[in-house]
Amino acid sequence: MIHIPDLAHATTVQVIFCFLAFITIATAFMTIFSRNPIHSAIYLVICFFSIAGHYLLLNAQFLAIVHIIVYSGAIMILFLFTIMLMNLNERHQVHRPRITRLGAIVSFCLILIVLIAIFINSKPIVGGYDSTGEDFQSIKVLGKILLNEYMVPFEFASILLLVAMIGTVLLSKKEKLK
Amino acid sequence: MDNILNQIGIENYIFLSVVLFCIGIFGVLYRRNAIIVFMSIEIMLNAVNLLFVAFSTYHQDAQGQVFVFFSMAVAAAEVAVGLAILVSIFRNLGSISIDNLKNLKG
Repeated sequence: MIHIPDLAHATTVQVIFCFLAFITIATAFMTIFSRNPIHSAIYLVICFFSIAGHYLLLNAQFLAIVHIIVYSGAIMILFLFTIMLMNLNERHQVHRPRITRLGAIVSFCLILIVLIAIFINSKPIVGGYDSTGEDFQSIKVLGKILLNEYMVPFEFASILLLVAMIGTVLLSKKEKLK
Repeated sequence: MDNILNQIGIENYIFLSVVLFCIGIFGVLYRRNAIIVFMSIEIMLNAVNLLFVAFSTYHQDAQGQVFVFFSMAVAAAEVAVGLAILVSIFRNLGSISIDNLKNLKG
């Protein structure tokens, strides 16, 4: 069952977790509901920073830094540049018909209920947790794993990024009018 | 700080990821601005990444985090190509409402 820690005896970590989770979910909702796309992008930046906070809480420091650099830095700058290139105004915002929005809300509630019910019932299979105190997520260990076992996918990632770059340049090049 | 999962519990991370993923699905269904749809897809990817990291800590195995690195690389490539497609759609059609994208013929 869902274990809700009582607030009177909550430790510092639990309070931080609840705060970060609240920020994450609230800004994710604000991303979807805000009218202005630039406000959406800024709420999404806050959401990504709080997710990086979750990574720090799980003691994955390197991943948190990479997440901030890649998502909050690169991807959000890309979003903001695209929004400014398109010069979207309020007049571009045409709303969906009410039945579509109602369907979206109903399907959201249904998926949420079904998934949470599934994971509540799978809780006994997950079992307890015991730590061995072994170092497994420092930069040293991650680098060794990334360059020994995952060498080939690591190189393929570079090819993927190269192909994506070439494709982006080709797509966004202006075509000549005939 | 001895261990984080003893104090919080893996199930709270599962529920947080589920809620984030459902918010992403909701954004894809609810909005018709294609940029917001892209942002919702990013939220969904981040929910999955968060669950990967939580279970990597749970099993004390670094391979989950390595997978998150590859997932981030794919997400970066996907966003770059997708936004380039959106810019070219906006140049041709004058709007990025996904209801206007009806024909495949260029």
